[in-house]
Amino acid sequence: MEVLKTGSGFWSALIWVAIALGAFLIIWLFSRAFERGYKRGTDQADPFLSGNPPSPGQRVTASDIYWGFVEALKGYYRPLVRAHSGVVNDYLAWAILVGAIVFVLLGGFMR
Amino acid sequence: MDILAHVPILVVGIPLLGAFATPLIARAGARARNWFAIFILLLTTALAIALAVSVFQAGPRVYVLGGQSFGFTLPSGYFFPIRIILEADGLSAFFVLIIAVTTLLGAIYSTAFMRAHSGLEKYYALLLLLAAGMFGMVVTGDAFNFFVFLEITSIAATGLVAFRTGRAESGEAAFKMMVLYNIGGLLVLLAVAILYGQYGALNFAYLAKLIEYSLLDVVALALFVLALALKAGAVPMHMWVPDAYPAAPAPVTMVMVANTQIGLYGLYRICFSLYGLKLTPALVGWIVIILGILSIFIGVSMAVIQRDLKRLIAYSGIAQIGYMLLGVGVGLAVLGTPALDSYGLMAMKGGIFHIVNHALYEGLLFLAAGAVSYRAGTRNLDQLGGLAHNMRWTAFFFIIGGAAIAGLPPFNGFASKLIIYESVFKFNPILAVIALLASIITLAIYARAFQSVFVGPKLPAYKDVREAPPSMMFAMAILAALVVLFGLFPDLVVRYLVSPAAQALVNRAQYIEAILGAGLGVR
Amino acid sequence: MIANFPYVTAILLMIFGLYAALFRRNLIKIAIGITLMESGVNLFLVSLGYRRGGIAPIYTLAPEAAERMVLPTPQALTLTSIVIGLATTAVLLALIVVIYRHYGTLDADKVNKLRG
Repeated sequence: MEVLKTGSGFWSALIWVAIALGAFLIIWLFSRAFERGYKRGTDQADPFLSGNPPSPGQRVTASDIYWGFVEALKGYYRPLVRAHSGVVNDYLAWAILVGAIVFVLLGGFMR
Repeated sequence: MDILAHVPILVVGIPLLGAFATPLIARAGARARNWFAIFILLLTTALAIALAVSVFQAGPRVYVLGGQSFGFTLPSGYFFPIRIILEADGLSAFFVLIIAVTTLLGAIYSTAFMRAHSGLEKYYALLLLLAAGMFGMVVTGDAFNFFVFLEITSIAATGLVAFRTGRAESGEAAFKMMVLYNIGGLLVLLAVAILYGQYGALNFAYLAKLIEYSLLDVVALALFVLALALKAGAVPMHMWVPDAYPAAPAPVTMVMVANTQIGLYGLYRICFSLYGLKLTPALVGWIVIILGILSIFIGVSMAVIQRDLKRLIAYSGIAQIGYMLLGVGVGLAVLGTPALDSYGLMAMKGGIFHIVNHALYEGLLFLAAGAVSYRAGTRNLDQLGGLAHNMRWTAFFFIIGGAAIAGLPPFNGFASKLIIYESVFKFNPILAVIALLASIITLAIYARAFQSVFVGPKLPAYKDVREAPPSMMFAMAILAALVVLFGLFPDLVVRYLVSPAAQALVNRAQYIEAILGAGLGVR
Repeated sequence: MIANFPYVTAILLMIFGLYAALFRRNLIKIAIGITLMESGVNLFLVSLGYRRGGIAPIYTLAPEAAERMVLPTPQALTLTSIVIGLATTAVLLALIVVIYRHYGTLDADKVNKLRG
């Protein structure tokens, strides 16, 4: 069977799929012995948000996810968002800045 | 007449003619117009496959326009080519296939997605024009032609992004994009003029033979690198990308991804085939690598905080462009040293393999996002939720696309990223670590996007949402099948598609020889 | 010295155009700046093709001495790029009209609904 040489190793998706199927089979065999304690329609099935009583319509929206990550990296994100100002002149200025740097580098290290 | 002899010009000419015939055919009705556009693109795809097969089997193809015969590159008694010459080598053939598949699927998807809009004959005409421009850019062997086709893609792409003029964002995004594309086009023209002024020639192969890397050549190289990196959307010239992608209709966004990659094609062609070892490979390679690393880093970190689904996909797409720059940049940095054979070529293969993978899964993600906005009427992640109850297949396709872009096995993104990690690690471990970390964050980004759009209880606002129409499902299914197939058989893809493209880049002599060696002229 | 004047003018035009596109906040002025840059590049391109006393070999006009013959390529390129420039300028101005209808302003600082 063909395998993909990746420089220092190899990769074959078919072998991976075979191993994954084998692993799932083993998990399935074990899972037959698991306790069946889950009861539908009881409090067990309700979402649990920090101990608040569940209210209808309460859900986790996209802005809530990774809130901690963004909050912790505030110092990084604030200038980054400000740089994406949406003004066309700024877009152009970035391009010209990169052009100048590339030109200086290429010209400065000319053989 | 042997039609296959004319394939290089036909892949450009047929969509071009089709573009201007579309408004005429549209008088016969909407159905005729849709079928005509799809027919033209099917024909082009067949020709593209024929071209790719012949190039992969028999090496570069040249085609002379207006000459005594079509393979006759040097007029009798001349030492240099004066006519417009098309040249398709392995890299061109690779890109021709990507363009053909994305535009064809885009047109099929558009039949349902754009049904509610008026003026669709112009839409299909622009789509075909964009296809013609992109085909032209990848098969031309002439510097000025390259500029002309670049401007054709700019104008057609701007028209398509601004197509839904009823929305404020379309006009704004298209204007910003057009200003940058325009500057980029002018810089390319200036670079071409500088090269012409020095060597009196416009043919890439002939210029490559003469080029000396004088100060003016350095200026031209800097202009080319800037303009083409701008078109490819490398950070920090990426800011038009997250504006333009969401504003465009979803099928156009998919074609725009291919259009962005043509910028990469131009960059690789200029660096490897035109300048080759004449430039300082390590320096230019590092410039490309740093642009790539910046793209990866800024792309993923901005994608984390996005609230618009398509904007999120656009930012993570910028990060993927970074992987392509990184892989091929490493190859460029070690060009001409023994390291090229030990890991440089492998890194280039990884970068080039990632291009086709990116076109497939990014297209799939944008089409799935388009299906969501088509049915639910919004792309705001905070408002969406629970759509998997009603749009099972779209959710399934989105999972496939998300897993592929995050580099989960066994999808296609994993295979190419694995090659990039391993070969870049040998070049510089820190770069590989950054790339790997960004891939993990990409997984987190798509887990968030999937959770907000598809998972959760059924929301009352989206109670009656239905599955996307059949033609949209068809386009997504084809892309998803290709993503899975490329993931399961990466060895075949690398051997038959990617290796010829990487070899074509490294083998500069072959590119020159195809033009300057095939003529019957004196010497 | 005098032969370099077209190049100097071309570079000045490009710099003025770039200045306008970078520092003017009116969208139409940005478009004008881009047009100026375009003119600069076109001037540069066409002045490359000038040869003192050269004759373009059009049909019967081919000169006796081959060294007086000039290839009319730069002129053809310039004409093509002027036409392309016309198309891109038209697209830019049309987009400005669309923007004005939606935003009611041409101030680039206020046309930034898409950001972040």
